[in-house]
Amino acid sequence: MSSTSNPSTQHTSTIGAIGAPSRRNTELALLVFAVVIPVFAYANVGLALDDQVPAGLLSYGLGLGLMAGLGHLAVRKLAPYADPLLLPLATLLNGLGLVAIWRLDQSERLQASRTFVEAAPRQLMYSAIGVAFFVAVLFFLKDHRVLQRYTYISMAGALVLLLLPLVPGLGHNVFGAKIWIKIPGLGTLQPGEFAKIVLAVFFAGYLMVKRDALALASRRFMGLYLPRGRDLGPIIVVWIISILILVFETDLGTSLLFFGMFVIMLYVATERTSWIVFGLLMSAVGAVGVASFEPHIQTRVQAWLDPMREFELSRAGVQDGIVHSEQAMQALWAFGSGGTLGSGWGQGHSDLIGFAANSDFILATFGEELGLAGVMALLLLYALIVERGVRTALAARDPFGKLLAIGLSGAFALQVFVVAGGVMGLIPLTGMTMPFLAYGGSSVIANWALIGILLRISDTARRPAPAPVSNPDAEMTQVVRP
Amino acid sequence: MSELTLTVMRLGFLAVLWLFVIVAVQVIRSDLFGTRVTQRGARREAGRQQANRQAPPQQRQQSGGGGRRGRNTPTKLVVTEGTLTGTTVALQGQTITLGRAHDSTIVLDDDYASSRHARIYPDRDGQWIVEDLGSTNGTYLDRTRLTTPTPISLGAPIRIGKTVIELRK
Repeated sequence: MSSTSNPSTQHTSTIGAIGAPSRRNTELALLVFAVVIPVFAYANVGLALDDQVPAGLLSYGLGLGLMAGLGHLAVRKLAPYADPLLLPLATLLNGLGLVAIWRLDQSERLQASRTFVEAAPRQLMYSAIGVAFFVAVLFFLKDHRVLQRYTYISMAGALVLLLLPLVPGLGHNVFGAKIWIKIPGLGTLQPGEFAKIVLAVFFAGYLMVKRDALALASRRFMGLYLPRGRDLGPIIVVWIISILILVFETDLGTSLLFFGMFVIMLYVATERTSWIVFGLLMSAVGAVGVASFEPHIQTRVQAWLDPMREFELSRAGVQDGIVHSEQAMQALWAFGSGGTLGSGWGQGHSDLIGFAANSDFILATFGEELGLAGVMALLLLYALIVERGVRTALAARDPFGKLLAIGLSGAFALQVFVVAGGVMGLIPLTGMTMPFLAYGGSSVIANWALIGILLRISDTARRPAPAPVSNPDAEMTQVVRP
Repeated sequence: MSELTLTVMRLGFLAVLWLFVIVAVQVIRSDLFGTRVTQRGARREAGRQQANRQAPPQQRQQSGGGGRRGRNTPTKLVVTEGTLTGTTVALQGQTITLGRAHDSTIVLDDDYASSRHARIYPDRDGQWIVEDLGSTNGTYLDRTRLTTPTPISLGAPIRIGKTVIELRK
């Protein structure tokens, strides 16, 4: 403020009322943009593959546009002051994911495989269900603080969801990771994706009540605040649960996600760095401990340390009781051949990755066809979603909303990190899906619901305070003095 | 499809994708400015004229509304010390919140202020009251620390951390 330089002279600035624009029109403009980009990509794939604009362009564009439009109308009606960026960002990522999945459907190499199914129409349906969930969250969840009442029910619910894949007959083992359940007649479901949201509700409700005890009752030792033994209870319980997930479901990603989310929320609730130190130590100890005896995890670590060796073992058809996979190496080659600017839509060979090319490894397709520039843009889109989530947490006035928003966006960020890091070879690969981009119904639906909750919190946070009404009593009532 | 067309499309797509990212960041940028601040340093003369034009309706409103409001009704709140020195807020019957929270009427950039530090509001008789909202370092009227909502007299300094504000006619 310039007035600080000449404080003595005069009063140079005035403060008006805070403008509280709802920013819905900004959102609409961005949404149009977010629908046009995937349509452009879709046309580009068709032109590159068979020299013509693909036949489904109109229906695809209309489908995506309709979804975005419905989402927008719902936000306009149900959460008018919500953040203008979250919906367009999610729509764009979802649309680009659909294009990449459709592009991989066109690959003859994948079509020749035994397990091939047209994934793009299904993903479009899942996305529509996801947007329906999004609208439903906005419609039924009028105030996010209602969720606070279900703190301990959410805990039980999350545990049930996490344990479902272990129930015999219901669990469904896909390539070593037991994270699916099979519902007869409906297909498979990944309950962990939903558990992520439910668990965030529990952590937020729990930490809101307990944060003072966790933050203040501690002793100082070597620059760290050591919490009391009894306050360590919950973090140890969550740690044990995540280790159990790791052991019984052999799913490194989910385990890391839950523990990481808890540590993030604990840190935000208590402002104690020592929790982060403890969290990192405990997850390191847990991961190393489990990896030392669990063969599935060992294979993943092997493939991470030396992907080329795995590739050769797989090519040579070595049968030693462990599934060797060439995927990790193929993904790295895809990134490498993409270079800085990529090969262009439809002109890469990421289909060499094989069966998981459109789910776990979808980022490799983007890496090859859009190059470093494209992947960076995608990661920035994710970063923007996370930033808006954190911003929502900052703006939220109630501690529960703050913690819930930070938990959900933290979980989102961790998931992106775990998947992208795994595909790029930074950390061992885990069986998780890139939010919105990857093929998979549970993931798309759960993440749309997550965006819905964030929008609800952000609407509450950004809604302007009601204008002070002049009290009518002040005029009417007369004080009668004798 | 010719090589050239595909290259143009490839680069065009990347450009459009990045354009989206940049537009999105531009939308965020506007969030950085919470409160609208109008600088009037250069146009002080114009500002004064405007104030003169606005003054009569205000006074009419006040005299018509309260009846009991006398000559000593403050019309503005002025920050006299601290980083916001020189800021004025017109008093028009609204509650004024002070604190570091970005949605406060006066956002204090002061290490000694709490996020929701104090509020200033008119009671039924139009008397302005200052109330401490449970701040850490307290709100002082003259030299005394506030414990209850207290009426403010004209020109009495209200101290919050390093910031001093007062009501003026």
